[in-house]
Amino acid sequence: MELFVFVVAAAMVLVGAVGVILRSHPVHAALSLVLTLFGVAVLFVAQQANFLAAVQVIVYAGAIVVLFLFVIMLLGVDKADDLQIEPFKIQRPAAVAVGAGLLSMIALAIMVSRDARAPKVTPSEAVQAALDGTHDSNVRAIARDVFSDHVLAFELTSVLLVIAVVATVMLARKPRKGEST
Amino acid sequence: MLALDVLLDDLSLRAILIVIIKVVVIFLVGLIGTMLMVWFERKVIAFMQNRVGPDKAGPKGLLQTLADGIKLFFKEDLIPDKGDRFVFKLAPYLAFVPAFLVWSVIPLGGDFSNGKDGTVQILGRATKLQLADPPVGVLLLLALSSIAVYGIMLAGWSSGSKYPLLGSVRASAQMVSYEAALGLSLASVVLIAGTLSTSGIVASQTSFTRWHVVATGVLPFIIFLVAATAELNRPPFDLVEAEQELVGGFNTEYSSIRFALFFLAEFMNTITMSGVIVTLFFGGPQPLPIGDYDNVLSFLGPLSGTVWLLLKVLVFLYVYVWFRATLPRLRYDQLMNLGWKLMIPLSFAWFMLLAAFRIGRDEGWDRWFVVAGSVGVLGIGSSLLQRAGKVSARNREREGAMF
Repeated sequence: MELFVFVVAAAMVLVGAVGVILRSHPVHAALSLVLTLFGVAVLFVAQQANFLAAVQVIVYAGAIVVLFLFVIMLLGVDKADDLQIEPFKIQRPAAVAVGAGLLSMIALAIMVSRDARAPKVTPSEAVQAALDGTHDSNVRAIARDVFSDHVLAFELTSVLLVIAVVATVMLARKPRKGEST
Repeated sequence: MLALDVLLDDLSLRAILIVIIKVVVIFLVGLIGTMLMVWFERKVIAFMQNRVGPDKAGPKGLLQTLADGIKLFFKEDLIPDKGDRFVFKLAPYLAFVPAFLVWSVIPLGGDFSNGKDGTVQILGRATKLQLADPPVGVLLLLALSSIAVYGIMLAGWSSGSKYPLLGSVRASAQMVSYEAALGLSLASVVLIAGTLSTSGIVASQTSFTRWHVVATGVLPFIIFLVAATAELNRPPFDLVEAEQELVGGFNTEYSSIRFALFFLAEFMNTITMSGVIVTLFFGGPQPLPIGDYDNVLSFLGPLSGTVWLLLKVLVFLYVYVWFRATLPRLRYDQLMNLGWKLMIPLSFAWFMLLAAFRIGRDEGWDRWFVVAGSVGVLGIGSSLLQRAGKVSARNREREGAMF
């Protein structure tokens, strides 16, 4: 059963990912991205990370890709692009090189982890609670982690977001007459 | 394993049978309920406008929706030439499926009295009267409502025509904006209930004063009701299908069965949203104590919870029809102002207030100190907001904007 779920979800992720790259139409590419995000959400659920799965769907599928689509539709760039044209000459060789590098790194990681003797994994408190079926253990564990161990990173991220919002307002603001930007 | 239901821990034929029965029952009740809802809305509106309403097909016109449905099935199915065929066909299902899926996490009955968790015995097994009870039930509701945006957005875009596109851009902007207020007022409920699971939220509302409409102080409920109306694109927030401006909105190019799917999704969403409101704020299947009786419907036995839920949902269905019959449609800028400048700050402030009281109680602070501090902070925040609003209004006036 778990294998079945994994295979289906992984197929969703891969088909979506390939679709994002190969579809020449931006809207279709965005929809493929949604498929990938859903696949990832299913994988999260299969790993008992219910909260992450829900947030994945709400934030990524529900907000970010909707924003992508919004921009595509409002700017009227929803025409199929010719994939033969290459805007930056260096782009494709660079993409191949980086892709190959990433693939070899992942392969290496898998090889190393297979060779190393698997240590006895003790499930963390959160996983254990989730296995026991205790409600909301996910949320508690994540909250404790984010607001204690990683509180600095969390606050810095929020500062980053505020900076982004202020910058957007500055960019969108029309300069008054006689005022230089 | 996927521990979504207590049943699925050990898979047996009987457990699978129960789940299948639940799915079929929910599916059928959903469809028939939608059919009756269309009839109910037309009848009530007719009553409010001194008309008769549908009365030819079946007793009191009950079968009118069925007749309309059959007619729609046999209509010609058109796909616009300039449209995107695949997305055009996909969009109605994206609108319809989330509407159905919301039912899976709403507790539809069961015994929650005296701290029981609502499990009942079916075929000799303990199960809940809801299809799935994931630990993040409430978030699933939000996720589904954010997926529903896709149906409308893609329907308008794939029609390959100007007015549907305008309608769908409007609709998605509206739904995305009001989702924030919806989520924030929902957060107040979660804060009080202390759990994200829908059955847990119902179980925590044991008496009338602990119903979340009272326990969270009414305001989150009002915000949720308004935001939910906007999410549903129902009047007075039905700018999506502003006939005078946009022909028919996002579904202009749709005909036949695909149009029927949008139509069904809209009415089904109304029912499910009423169910969500009842679950979150009015105790779901919990009985309302009247006088000396804890549960005046207790003679119905295990069904009493379901009947209570039905009665409460009916109240909200009536309220939605009432809205439609009495309130004029908002202008687009009024809609956005209401959403961003009033409802989001207000729900956020209320959430912070509830959180402050919670912390104050846990830490044993003086209550009046907490009240004074909160009022001070909220006062500063709201005056800053008003100041910002004034400045931006002055700027827009200088630029010669109309509104």
